Amino acid sequence: MSGLMTLLLILAIGLAALAIGRSRAKSLDAAGVKPHSRPQYHGAWAMLLATGPALLLLIAWSIGSANYVDRAISSGVHAASAETAATATSLVKRLASSIKLLDPADQANLPATIEALTPLLSAKGVALAADTADYMIPVAVAANRTAATLGWTGGLIAVGLSVAGALIGLSQIATRSRARDKVETAMLWALFGASTIAILTTVGIVLSMLFQTLAFFRDVSPLSFFFGTVWDPRFSAAGGDGAQGQFGLIPLLAGTLYIALVALLVAVPVGLMSAVYMSEYASRPVRTVVKPALELLAGIPTIVYGIFALITLGPWLRDLSAALWGGDPFIQAQSIFTAGLVMGVMLIPVVSSLSDDIISAVPQAMRDGSLGLGATRSETVKRVILPAALPGIVGAVLLTASRAIGETMIVVLAAGVAANLTANPFEAMTTITVKIVNQLTGDLEFNSPQTLVAFALGLTLFFVTLAMNVVALAIVRRYREQYE
Amino acid sequence: MTAIAPDSALPVSARPPRRDIGIRKRYAAEARFKAYGVAAIVFGLTFLAIMLGSIVSKGYTAFWQTNITLPVTFDAAALDPQNKRDSDPSVLVKANYDKLAQQALAAKLGVAADDKAKQREMKGILSDSSRIQLRDMLVADPALMGKSVDVSMLASANIDSAFKGQIDLSVPEARRKVKDQQIAWMNQLAGEGVLTQKFNTGLFTFGASSRAETSGIGVAVVGSLYMMGIVLALALFVGVAASIYLEEFAAKNRLTDLIEVNINNLAAVPSIVYGLLGLAVFINFLGLPRSAALVGGVTLSLMTLPTIIIATRAALAAVPPSIRAGALALGASRMQVVFHHVLPLAMPGILTGTIIGLARALGETAPLLLIGMVAFVADYPSTPLDPSTALPVQIYMWSNEAERAFVERMSGAIIILLAFLMVMNITAIVLRRKFERRW
Repeated sequence: MSGLMTLLLILAIGLAALAIGRSRAKSLDAAGVKPHSRPQYHGAWAMLLATGPALLLLIAWSIGSANYVDRAISSGVHAASAETAATATSLVKRLASSIKLLDPADQANLPATIEALTPLLSAKGVALAADTADYMIPVAVAANRTAATLGWTGGLIAVGLSVAGALIGLSQIATRSRARDKVETAMLWALFGASTIAILTTVGIVLSMLFQTLAFFRDVSPLSFFFGTVWDPRFSAAGGDGAQGQFGLIPLLAGTLYIALVALLVAVPVGLMSAVYMSEYASRPVRTVVKPALELLAGIPTIVYGIFALITLGPWLRDLSAALWGGDPFIQAQSIFTAGLVMGVMLIPVVSSLSDDIISAVPQAMRDGSLGLGATRSETVKRVILPAALPGIVGAVLLTASRAIGETMIVVLAAGVAANLTANPFEAMTTITVKIVNQLTGDLEFNSPQTLVAFALGLTLFFVTLAMNVVALAIVRRYREQYE
Repeated sequence: MTAIAPDSALPVSARPPRRDIGIRKRYAAEARFKAYGVAAIVFGLTFLAIMLGSIVSKGYTAFWQTNITLPVTFDAAALDPQNKRDSDPSVLVKANYDKLAQQALAAKLGVAADDKAKQREMKGILSDSSRIQLRDMLVADPALMGKSVDVSMLASANIDSAFKGQIDLSVPEARRKVKDQQIAWMNQLAGEGVLTQKFNTGLFTFGASSRAETSGIGVAVVGSLYMMGIVLALALFVGVAASIYLEEFAAKNRLTDLIEVNINNLAAVPSIVYGLLGLAVFINFLGLPRSAALVGGVTLSLMTLPTIIIATRAALAAVPPSIRAGALALGASRMQVVFHHVLPLAMPGILTGTIIGLARALGETAPLLLIGMVAFVADYPSTPLDPSTALPVQIYMWSNEAERAFVERMSGAIIILLAFLMVMNITAIVLRRKFERRW
């Protein structure tokens, strides 16, 4: 019995329990005694008993049986070292799953050699790996058989459990049975479970990256990662001394911070000024048109900004600099300036909406007082509102900076891939996020430092942005409480 | 009372000499400040306009495709010289359809069969896909053999670009992809009404291809739809459940605080980190296939979850406590209060937040790059476990192609993506306007 069949069967039993339970509980009504719970709760409780334990068992069983089959396979393969054993195991697994695709008649009298098997499989559109050996066929067949047997028994047990649950649930139906309380307790646990997903995600992020990072640090010392100034992930010689300094974080970190700085230099003045204008000067009709238009900038996916920088703005700036100064362009098509400018525009709505909230939280009385003493509007903004809102604005800038540091698509397309250390904003530099993407696209193996370094970079990025967010959120919250 | 003489000798205070209190300077500063504000807004809007304008001007032509309609004769002597098609159906599949299309074109242009040089130049006019198109026609309907049918075939990407006027003809012929002879033929065919522009349905139905004229976003859109479906199912369900717990049931304790701080921080985690999570957990640890829409969908769900939770909590908190008190007073349990009264009232706000979260997930690219969705996928995925790609990833892949025809398609795909996002955001705004309630 396949997993899906079992699942559908259990669901069907559950639905049947729901229907029967409800109609039984309804017939209780006729007896004249008021039942504790309404009929649908009795039905729902029966359904919960029918499906819940059975599904849990099914999940546990399938994990357990997958493990068991894996063990059976790896004890069946004979290989020299642990590493080749792992490859052989995965080959057998691949073979087993492709054998399952064959027609039943072919499966019954399977050829004993890979040579004879290959044409049968290729007729089904499956290609076997080159290293698959003859002795693997019986192992794979045995594994398939064990998996099938385990699937059958597990499915039967689960369905049996489901029927038993349904019967227990139905037998509990009585006038004074507190079915609603039970159902609601179960629901509360489900709701609580959903809310813990946030914690699980954080734990998952940290743990998954931590393990890979630790594996990376076995090959490369943390010192040369965090303080190395050369990024060149190609391993020149196996275990050579020169390999140590090649995963230097410094050029990437410098590029990330430089581009983020340029972006902030664009986004903060423009965003802040437009927020001030919107809240202090703009008339209502202007605001209703311009505000959504500026927010459009926030709704555009970052890849669109990246492509605009790559195919329009970058070449245009390069040609412009060449035309203005004659001869060689001094702005490269992919440069810190281009990437920072485009990212800054992307961040304008972030800054302006955050500062808008903060500016409107400044009490009206302070504004009125300043205007009443004869200050102009701009003096009120500069001398009263902005100083009062300063902590909040600092928080907003920090939040924006963390967005700029974690931004990926714009820099992948517009910032370049060469890990330079330069102070010239018109040259290309690369960032942490670009390198994460570069190291992880294409074919990858999970045990080479070239791949694992991406997780070390990711963990660094995660902690840098996390620290900025925590500080920023704390500042913003403190600031809000000040005026409440 | 005595009348006061109007011109009595009351002292008239002389106007004091005007003291310079800097009012003019202050007003100038005021005007400057206001101008800065206007300049900031104009800067943002101008950038937006230039960006959208440049994409639309590059991409609107992608919605048209040059087609060439030729009378093709399915010549049995050319396709099946040994007359074996009745006994061996694979003859029809393997036959030389290229020649068929070339013959039709040569007949139209009046190029002699032995003119090798001109025959070679003629090859670049029709798309290579015409071979497959003719083959599929004949395999589907073998009765066509020996007949002559008008077939509308795609022009090659270079001819397509040239016909749209996107190729600079002032460049010397040797450095151009389209030769003068081809241009002359193109104009001749266009004059005869054989070469025409039609609406580019292929853009919406094709998948990835190395030929620009047969590449489209169809496969990528299906992948994106799978992922959006998964995000909607997972993130909406889990997000609403989590928000209900936190807003309506959670006791004020350390665990709740921890969860709340977590959610706020997760909302600000860079999206690429979710890609690393997906790669390490779903692909490396759980062994799910790379490039699968399922993995992409779950990863995007985790990314969207905080957005949805924050929006849902705001919507739940906006329902006035009197609703809850009223329902409780009538004997409803707390669960019934939430599911029968609070949740329906909060639904418009929840939906708005969900649509905005979905729009963000639809445009997200970075995490999908890491879980292997940068794949050359030419076939429609039939299940979420098949290799698939997503609309923004397809755009990213096209951005690596230099050919003008790919840039055009990429810009066209961006227009479509932006149109999708626009529709979603407008729906969210309309929903909010329509159902918003002030308590």
